[in-house]
Amino acid sequence: MSTTPADTAVEIGRSIGVSVPRREDRRLLQGQGEFADDVWMHRQGYAHFVRSPHAHARIVSVDTRRALALDGVYAALTGEEVKELCESPFFQIAPEPAAKIAEYPLAVDKVRYHGDAVAVVLAETRELARDAAGLVDVEYELLPVVVDGVAAAEADAPLLHEQVGTNVAWHGVFDWGDVDWALENADHVVEIDHLHFHRFSSTPLECNAAVVHWDPGTDTVQVKSNNQMPMFASMVIGPTLGVASNRLLFASQDIGGAFGNKIGSYPQIAALALLSRKAGRPAKWTEYRTEHMLSCGHGNERTFLDTRVAVMKDGTILGFKTRAFDDAGAYLHYEPLGAVIWSQVSCGCYRLKHLHVDYTETLTNKCPTIPNRGYSRLQHLWLIERIIDIVAHELGFDPVELRKRNYVQPDDYPYETPNGCVYDSGDLPRSLDIALELIDHDKWRARQRELGRGSGKRIGIGIGSTLDSGTNNFGQARIINPELPFSGNGEAAYVKLDLYGEVNVNLGTTPQGQSHETTAAQVVGDVLGMGPEQVHVTAGFNQQQNTYVAFSGTYASQFAVTGLGAAKGAAEKLRAEIIEVAAFALEADAEDIELADGMCSVRGDQERAIPFIGVANLIYANNAALPTELRERISLNCRHVYVPPFEVPDPDKKRGNLTLTYASQIHACVVEIDEDTGHVEILEYAAVDDCGKRINPRIVEGQVHGATALGIGAALYESFEYDGDGQLQQASFYDYHAITALDAPDIKTADIESPSPFTPNGAKGMGEGGGAPLHAICSAIQDALGDQDAIVSDSHNPWERVWWLVHSGERGEPRGVRVSAQAAASAEGES
Amino acid sequence: MVEAGNVQAIEFTVNGERREATVASRQLLVHFLRDSLGMKGTHIGCDTGSCGACSVIVDGRLVKSCMMLAPQADGCEIETIEGIAKDGELTAVQRAFHEEHGLQCGYCTPGLVMAATFLLRRNPQPSEDEIRRAVRGNICRCTGYVNIIRSIERAARNGAEEAA
Ligand code: FES
Ligand code: FES
Repeated sequence: MSTTPADTAVEIGRSIGVSVPRREDRRLLQGQGEFADDVWMHRQGYAHFVRSPHAHARIVSVDTRRALALDGVYAALTGEEVKELCESPFFQIAPEPAAKIAEYPLAVDKVRYHGDAVAVVLAETRELARDAAGLVDVEYELLPVVVDGVAAAEADAPLLHEQVGTNVAWHGVFDWGDVDWALENADHVVEIDHLHFHRFSSTPLECNAAVVHWDPGTDTVQVKSNNQMPMFASMVIGPTLGVASNRLLFASQDIGGAFGNKIGSYPQIAALALLSRKAGRPAKWTEYRTEHMLSCGHGNERTFLDTRVAVMKDGTILGFKTRAFDDAGAYLHYEPLGAVIWSQVSCGCYRLKHLHVDYTETLTNKCPTIPNRGYSRLQHLWLIERIIDIVAHELGFDPVELRKRNYVQPDDYPYETPNGCVYDSGDLPRSLDIALELIDHDKWRARQRELGRGSGKRIGIGIGSTLDSGTNNFGQARIINPELPFSGNGEAAYVKLDLYGEVNVNLGTTPQGQSHETTAAQVVGDVLGMGPEQVHVTAGFNQQQNTYVAFSGTYASQFAVTGLGAAKGAAEKLRAEIIEVAAFALEADAEDIELADGMCSVRGDQERAIPFIGVANLIYANNAALPTELRERISLNCRHVYVPPFEVPDPDKKRGNLTLTYASQIHACVVEIDEDTGHVEILEYAAVDDCGKRINPRIVEGQVHGATALGIGAALYESFEYDGDGQLQQASFYDYHAITALDAPDIKTADIESPSPFTPNGAKGMGEGGGAPLHAICSAIQDALGDQDAIVSDSHNPWERVWWLVHSGERGEPRGVRVSAQAAASAEGES
Repeated sequence: MVEAGNVQAIEFTVNGERREATVASRQLLVHFLRDSLGMKGTHIGCDTGSCGACSVIVDGRLVKSCMMLAPQADGCEIETIEGIAKDGELTAVQRAFHEEHGLQCGYCTPGLVMAATFLLRRNPQPSEDEIRRAVRGNICRCTGYVNIIRSIERAARNGAEEAA
């Protein structure tokens, strides 16, 4: 038995497309990973935040004296003190008036949600810090609360940020095509009163953590954390702390899942920096799970009102009009970018031409939202999938046929959407056919008909069609705020030949399970003619040793394009340098040098060869043997920045190419509903993925599995709900039922590969998954409902809601949907 | 409130090594392992005993080490993830997780390796249903459990081959 599991045989230089085994596993399987809470510093203290038990209250006083009196308590900070210490509040992405929001690392004057941080203490041990936090006396004066994202926009709603003068963080109208014409000329207009996409998050198993050391000797701030977008964090907190970005030094190694949620730890990191400076020691913080649920950030909750859909007799859907209310919670963390990010997939998988979305983002007394797997697109894709199924249900179309009729067709690519995005490639009808085959669609359709009423069971078949848009054009931020100096995207990498001829790669990314060490080694190995196992990729990110651009990090389904594009470009530069040195050493033409297995040889004459170690020796230790020009130009340390071909979008028309790639995921499922209990059992589940050229198919499949289970969890079990007083009801894994191995179905997968014409490897970013299970499960429940039952109008369907749905018809509950009078008349005329 | 003087001397075995320590009465076993013994392979994912990231084997039983106080380990034999591979040689369970891509971020992995090891010691050829039940207390947010189940099935096969 070997100690290292046998590596799959890979032909040298051809590892792309092969499921080579993961490089990361060995350490992780033995508990040798280094996660943020595994980092300790000499003289560190443990930090504990004091958090508000109230959703909205004026802070009358904060008294830390009893805490500080304990032996072993090093320091405490309150909001008022933090405000004095900060150069400015955090900068806001939002335009006026929401730009006036003054958020500091700790709450000042008011708390605005259950869990808002009012103070932080530092002590000798974890336990002592927690005790001391309990001794901080805070006096509150309660204020009225608003927890409804729609009600928050009303003029008489309690105001969260008085200086803003409104709870509307952003409002804009997205209008493409001519929706009024479409609604007037449609054969049918389907009106849906209310659709609600609920709050949940991916709740990574590892909570946030950081050790922050404001080193007085060098006046640098070292941040060892699991923040997944350190450059964004740096840009936000640097000016607030008054620390230049070259002295704010982020580093991380292994991250225990993030899913977008760990973009949001920058306020805590800023508070820890100030606490460290005050105490003169490193401040270590490990978020408690309850703290994570209360305050790390939740996914966006969105309500769609008065949706009107224009449909032709043959099933062609012309477009729709809706009013969207997105509930951003109490502060804007990364928001209001969500107000534009959905428009990357404005028409979903379909050839809808006329779209009108009146979009409002509001502030409420709830935990701030933060990007969550599928960020802002999954809410919109869910809306479109609900529209498709409701139209099918109301007008009697087959949901499969209706989708196929309206899908973007294989020969439409590159397909320009109504707002100027370009779908790069795909084959949606074929993906759907494969998914239906995997769930044995025809068998279950027949079984559904046989079952009939009175059996106490209902069968439903569901489909979720999604796009996983990857590699953002950050210029879309200007659609939110034209003043923002952002556009394009990019990622950086170093590839070097080291002293003894070893190849080393440094990335600008912060992987959290996406296997960057493995796939970067594949790409670099292929360029340099060596096996991936011969390439060493530095684990994790370190601002002082790695290279980066402002967009660096791991988020938004882009590594396969940006990160690997950078690694490939840097490897190609290194290859050219190695060849130049080898050509000199071998007295041959550069065109005749071949690289294989760490050797450079002259084509047709294997005897004339120099190993990589020989090339490295000439540059690092033996440079007098080289011509001056060569030794001054070549370093064998190559940096490359991959930059996608973007232009700045048009903020007035809200148009432009907002993302480079569009992976697709088509899901299909079969559920059985128990009419007595509302219990939903998943009988079949299949996911068909198309992310272009797959660098490592097994890693892709793993991402599909993960996104699927999180989506199923959200559809059936996981929800963050607040009561009328703004108390979070699910603040632990007791109350928040994270999906388990007993709940998760076996997932059948298949794939097709439609290479992207726009990317270095033909790959597309993937991993977020577009929330397909939410769409597919809602679709299946809808499919199981009768004509008199209410429509599925919520993305969260626990037993009690499903029970209510299957009995809504017999109880005469309002259905929440209408086919407009004129359209109904024409439908009758047809039948 | 802190009761500074409230400490206890304990004696225990961890991964075959006999140790003695003085622990605070209120310290959780998981914090003792991580903070005091520096054995950071055992992880923490919740405050409620719900996630299994902290799973270790105590006196032959699978235990969530956040649900046990350090003083309760007095006289116990503890196995943690650090002691699973012998001399750097991965066990059948660890190899199977690697071969079946049963881990992504790896944060849940030590707990799952312990849970699977415990299961296969008692039941070397479990059914899929038995596997799902055995790991229902281990939350994984990355893999959707599909490859975790496959890993444990493979570990059972690997183990059977090794025993043969
Ligand atoms: S940390 Fe022990 S069960 Fe979650
Ligand atoms: S692999 Fe990340 S939590 Fe399981």
